[in-house]
Amino acid sequence: MLKLTNITKTFEPGTLNEKKALKGISLDMKESDFITIIGGNGAGKSTLLNAIAGMFITDSGKIEIDGNDVTNLPEHKRAKYIGRVFQDTRMGTASGMTIEENMAMAYRRGKHRTLRKGITKAERDFYREHLKMLDLGLEDRLTTKTGLLSGGQRQALTLLMATMTKPKLLLLDEHTAALDPKTAKKVLELTKKIIAEDKLTALMITHNMRDALKHGNRLVMLDKGKIIIDLSEEQKKNLQVSDLLSMFEKASGDSMTNDRMLLG
Amino acid sequence: MELISLGTFLNAVSQGLLWSILAMGVYITYRILDFADLTTEGSFPLGAAVDAMLIINGTNPFVATFASFIIGLVAGLVTGLLNTKLKIPGLLSGILVMTGLYSVNLRIMGKANLPLLKQPTIITTVTDMGISNSNAIMLVGIVSVVIIILLLVLLFATEFGFALRATGNNPKMISALGVNTDIMIIIGLMISNGLISLSGGIIAQYNGYADAGMGTGTIVIGLASVIIGEVIFGKTSIFRSLISVVLGSILYRIIIAFVLENGLQPTDLKLISSIVLAICLFLPVVKEKMFAKKSIKNMNGGANNA
Ligand SMILES: Nc1ncnc2c1ncn2[C@@H]1O[C@H](COP(=O)(O)OP(=O)(O)O)[C@@H](O)[C@H]1O
Ligand SMILES: [Mg+2]
Repeated sequence: MLKLTNITKTFEPGTLNEKKALKGISLDMKESDFITIIGGNGAGKSTLLNAIAGMFITDSGKIEIDGNDVTNLPEHKRAKYIGRVFQDTRMGTASGMTIEENMAMAYRRGKHRTLRKGITKAERDFYREHLKMLDLGLEDRLTTKTGLLSGGQRQALTLLMATMTKPKLLLLDEHTAALDPKTAKKVLELTKKIIAEDKLTALMITHNMRDALKHGNRLVMLDKGKIIIDLSEEQKKNLQVSDLLSMFEKASGDSMTNDRMLLG
Repeated sequence: MELISLGTFLNAVSQGLLWSILAMGVYITYRILDFADLTTEGSFPLGAAVDAMLIINGTNPFVATFASFIIGLVAGLVTGLLNTKLKIPGLLSGILVMTGLYSVNLRIMGKANLPLLKQPTIITTVTDMGISNSNAIMLVGIVSVVIIILLLVLLFATEFGFALRATGNNPKMISALGVNTDIMIIIGLMISNGLISLSGGIIAQYNGYADAGMGTGTIVIGLASVIIGEVIFGKTSIFRSLISVVLGSILYRIIIAFVLENGLQPTDLKLISSIVLAICLFLPVVKEKMFAKKSIKNMNGGANNA
C-alpha cells in the first residue's frame, strides 16, 4: 500500500543550520497495516509523515502509494490517497467555518471543486449520522463554527473527516498529545475503532511507548533520521516499555534521556 | 438641530452604495482570503480609466462598465501570479501592481484627467427614462449591489466557494484536502479586483471623469467600510457580512458628509478617512476586551482541551 525506498531530506542544505532530517528511509506497508512510530524529539517522525503527504518534495528516493509513484506530486495532488490528523487541534479544520462545511470539504477530498453546491441536504443527514458515532453531541451542532469547539471535539471531528472517505493511507502525528489524558484516551480508542472497522492502512506517531506497543500490528522506532527498530506484531506482542528502552540503547548507542519518551 | 440635510443624506447613501462594490472587493481579499491587497489603489482607477476611455470612444456604457470589471480581473491575476508563482510577499505584490498601474492608467487615459462631458453613462440611460438624477444614481447603486451580493452569496455556497474561504482560513488544511491554494489565491484576487475596478468604472460615470489620482486612499475607504460594517452590523454569515459591508460603506459616506457640512474641507478627507479607520480598527479590540472579561467571569477554570 505504501512503499518508501531510501528517501532522504535535508533542511537548509549548505547553511550553518543544515539538518539531515531523513537519512534514507525505506518502508514497505501492506494493506491495512497499522504502524506505530516512536522516537525522540527531532528524530524525524513528523518530517517522515510530511514527506509522505507531500508537504515538500524529498531530495532522493521514491514514494509509492497503492502502486502509484507520487514522489514528485505536490501535496494537493496526493490528497485523494491520504487522510491526516495533526497534533495541533487547530490544524485539522477551518475554524471560521461550520462543522458541516468542514465535513463537506473533507468529503470532497482530492476531487475537483466545482460550482455545484458546497453541501447538499442529503449530505447533511449523512454527516449528522456520522457524527453520532463520536458520542459528543456534535450531531446537533452542524452549524457551529469549529473554532468554538474544544480541542478534543475538534480532534475527534478531524479524525472523522480524515477517515470519512476511507483513504488509502491515514497519517496521525501525535494527534492525542495536545489533549488531556481522559480525552486523549477517548480519541485514541476512537482511532483504533475506525482503523479496525474500515481496515485502514495507518501510520501513527506517538510519544507514548505503552500506546505504541498496545496498538497497531507493527512498531517502528526512528532515531536521527533513520529507522533503527522495526518490530512485527509477533515481536512486539510480549514486549514491555523497559524492553523497548534497552533495545533503543543497543540500536542507537545512546541512552534514552528524553523525558517525553519515558513518560507513559 | 439637524445633523445633515435629507438631500445630503440621500446623496451619501447613493455614494455609499456605489463605493460598497469596492468595499465588497476589499472584503474578499482582506477577510475571506486574509490577504492585505494594495492592488486596490491601482485597480480602482484602472476601471475608471478603461470605462471613461471606452465611453468617450462611443462604446455602450454598459459594455464599458463590464469591461472595467474584466480589466480588474487581469490586475488581480498579475498580483496573484507575483505572489504565488514568484513568491513575492502579498503586500509587496500589491504595491508593485498598484505602482505599475499608475503608468498604465496614464497610458490608457493619455492624460491625468479624462472628463465625461456629454457622453451617455449608465446613469444617463436611467435619467433618459424620466427619472431624476439623484434617483437614477440610487437605482443604479441598489441594482448593482443586489446583483453582486446575490452572485457572491451563491458563489461562496459552492464547492469552489468553500475552498476559497478555507484557503484564507486554514490553507494547510484545505491543501491537505486536495485544493491547490495558489489557484484559489489567484482567483480570489481576480474576483476582488474585478469588483474594485468595476466600482471605479461606475464611480467615474458618477463623478463625470476618470482621474489618475483617484485610487489614492481607496484601500483605507474599503477597509473602513468593512470594519465599520462588521463592528456595527455583525458578521455571522457571508450574506450578513456583505450586507454589513454595504451598510458600513453607507455609514462611512454619512460620516464624511457630516464632517464636510460641519466646516472641514474636502482636502481634509484623506486624514479623516485614516482617523475613521484607526478608530474602527480599535473598536473590535475594545469589544473583545469587554467580552473577554465577561467570559472569564463565566468560566470556572474549565480546561481548554476537555
Ligand atoms: N521546515 C523545517 N526547516 C528546518 N528544519 C526542520 C524543519 N522541519 C523539521 N526540521 C528539523 O528536522 C528535524 C526533525 O524534525 P521532526 O521531524 O519535526 O522531528 P520529530 O521526530 O520530533 O517529529 C529536527 O531537527 C527539526 O528541527
Ligand atoms: Mg513531531
